[in-house]
Amino acid sequence: MAIDSIDELQTALREKLYIADRGLATSIYLALKLGRPLFLEGEAGVGKTEVAKVVAQLLDTDLIRLQCYEGLDVNHAVYEWNYTRQMLHIRMLEARSERADETELFGPEFLLPRPLLQAIEDSRAKPPVLLVDEIDRSDEEFEAFLLEVLSDFQITIPEIGTIKAKQPPSVIITSNRTREVHDALKRRCLYYWIDYPTFEKELEIVQAKVPQAPLLLARQVTGFVQELRRADLYKIPGVAETLDWTAALVALDQQALELSMVEDTLGAILKYQDDVEKVKGENAKAILERVRVMS
Amino acid sequence: MMTLAPDSDSNSASGNLLHNLLLFGRLLRGLGVDVNPGQMIDLVQALGYVQIGHKVDVYHTMRSLLIHRREDIPLFDEAFEMFWRRPRAEGTAIDFRAPAERRPKRPLVTTPPLREPAASKPGGQRDSSSSGEPPIVEATLTYSAREVLRHKDFAELTGEELGAIKRLMAALVWQLGERRTRRQQIGTGQLLDLRRTIRRSLRYGGEVLTWAQREPKVKPRPLVIVADISGSMERYVRLLVHFIYSLAVGLEQPVESFVFSTHLTRITRQLRGRDVDRALREVAFAVSDWSGGTRIGEALKTFNFDWGRRVLGHGAVVLLISDGWDRGDVDLLRVEMARLQRSCYRLIWLNPLLGSPLYEPLTRGIQAALPYIDDFLPVHNLASLEDLARRLSELDQRPLLRRQQVKLNYARSSS
Repeated sequence: MAIDSIDELQTALREKLYIADRGLATSIYLALKLGRPLFLEGEAGVGKTEVAKVVAQLLDTDLIRLQCYEGLDVNHAVYEWNYTRQMLHIRMLEARSERADETELFGPEFLLPRPLLQAIEDSRAKPPVLLVDEIDRSDEEFEAFLLEVLSDFQITIPEIGTIKAKQPPSVIITSNRTREVHDALKRRCLYYWIDYPTFEKELEIVQAKVPQAPLLLARQVTGFVQELRRADLYKIPGVAETLDWTAALVALDQQALELSMVEDTLGAILKYQDDVEKVKGENAKAILERVRVMS
Repeated sequence: MMTLAPDSDSNSASGNLLHNLLLFGRLLRGLGVDVNPGQMIDLVQALGYVQIGHKVDVYHTMRSLLIHRREDIPLFDEAFEMFWRRPRAEGTAIDFRAPAERRPKRPLVTTPPLREPAASKPGGQRDSSSSGEPPIVEATLTYSAREVLRHKDFAELTGEELGAIKRLMAALVWQLGERRTRRQQIGTGQLLDLRRTIRRSLRYGGEVLTWAQREPKVKPRPLVIVADISGSMERYVRLLVHFIYSLAVGLEQPVESFVFSTHLTRITRQLRGRDVDRALREVAFAVSDWSGGTRIGEALKTFNFDWGRRVLGHGAVVLLISDGWDRGDVDLLRVEMARLQRSCYRLIWLNPLLGSPLYEPLTRGIQAALPYIDDFLPVHNLASLEDLARRLSELDQRPLLRRQQVKLNYARSSS
């Protein structure tokens, strides 16, 4: 689908149940129009990865995801040779008392494309969306390599030659900021920092994503999480946690927040024991009272 | 009328726009945001896609292209607001000194930088700080003089000894233990390199005669330094900051540095420069609470919450430099020390007081922290730094026996 204005994009995202700020919509729009990678930073669980999924849906194209980790190398990110097939091929030739030919053995039919190569190959009808997830988990070596790929969307395989994308993919890179990503890479991208949503926006997200939740429950859950974000916690709950918690409470047939139920299900939003201990009891009660007054 | 709004005459408007954008870029650079001309060209292109009269869209377009760090967003906001607000009556003469001047002036030095006494700059301008001191003769320290100096407490150094110590300090070779990364390289390890194996086998008609191997790559461990610059540490602070600088430039791996007294300040960026005096001036400028009170627990909490996850990855070693005189909450200190130890590979506490034979770690702060320290070492003279350098380079050869090791170390260093 063709998107010709920021308003249109924002509406389209909404239809796909993604509630985006004007700023985020602007950045996505520009990334698509300028053909530049979009670099999304923000705390865990604010919906960075979701952007890529929704954009792929909007463009009605494939999503190719590359999950980063330390030591991610060419064999896992770009391409690998199919060793089993190569060996079988050698044996087959042997049976016919022929000798294996190197150029044949390292040809395209023995190549296993990994995410980056898949995203660049031109065999598909539409350019895909490439999601490079949690780039901060990878190491400098991979960052440098990615920078090279993103600057001209081409990959060189020594045995085969250079493969260049006819239509470059839309690239979305996410980072949780566990490590400072090199400026050179960020410079190639449009940058957007996704913040925790406001109460209104988060309520909207909850209602869009968990439509079966009663309004009162949705308001109270959102209010409770918003309060928790202001509390002194080691790990602040993200939107993903709000949604998990709402879904859990809906599954338990709750119509509104009850103290005992809050305490029993705190594990859905707080992921450190210290934090659970801190919130349980008096604090949870106080927050709950404030939330009840508001809703 | 707004600065960026289009004019009736579209040609001159786009000319004005470009001009204004370039000025805006200069304004941002003046505020310390790294903006290059290439980005401005991209920006002009990008603005073609949004309605230029729509402030919010223009704001986000400019921000997403010009800003690449969350920390810079407030600076951008300020610059943007001011820029947008200006009427165009006065053409483009934008006073971009205003926000820059609101930042304190550079040479706001509370702790004067430690200057090499004259020797490095023969003749010419001398600083008032060093003019009173006679130039010290380089490299003529006799063996015994050097020995005396090595064991002299940092707090008792005279001005000229200070210079000598700094030179000796710069000559120390720092090395930190290594860790195995999960990246592989060609080698003789236990991992198979199938690609090379197959390629090699082709020489023998596809028969695998030898296995090609790979091994994990090793990298030096990251180092994180958290130093106390409160009032009680005053006598040591100058040399310690110097020491941190020498570590930051001397090690090949990234070194993250923080200082605290009442609150925590990150000084990693300030210590990055090539010139030591300049770097120290930058630090003096960045830190607002020199010689304040000490709240170690609070500072560590800030560190754990805001920075821990970002700088303690990959088996980092933490050097905590403090005398342990804590006026904060002891329970908080205990909890945060425990958390810090859990999140790093090795937690080393350097204490300048430990150099004194009479010192016993009896303050409540130290008592609370001791169980969580992997190594408790003195840092009061050059000899202790040499000892530290040796220990750091041997870091991986000693087995990690957390907690039990503390008593042993303490016994050793106090003897």
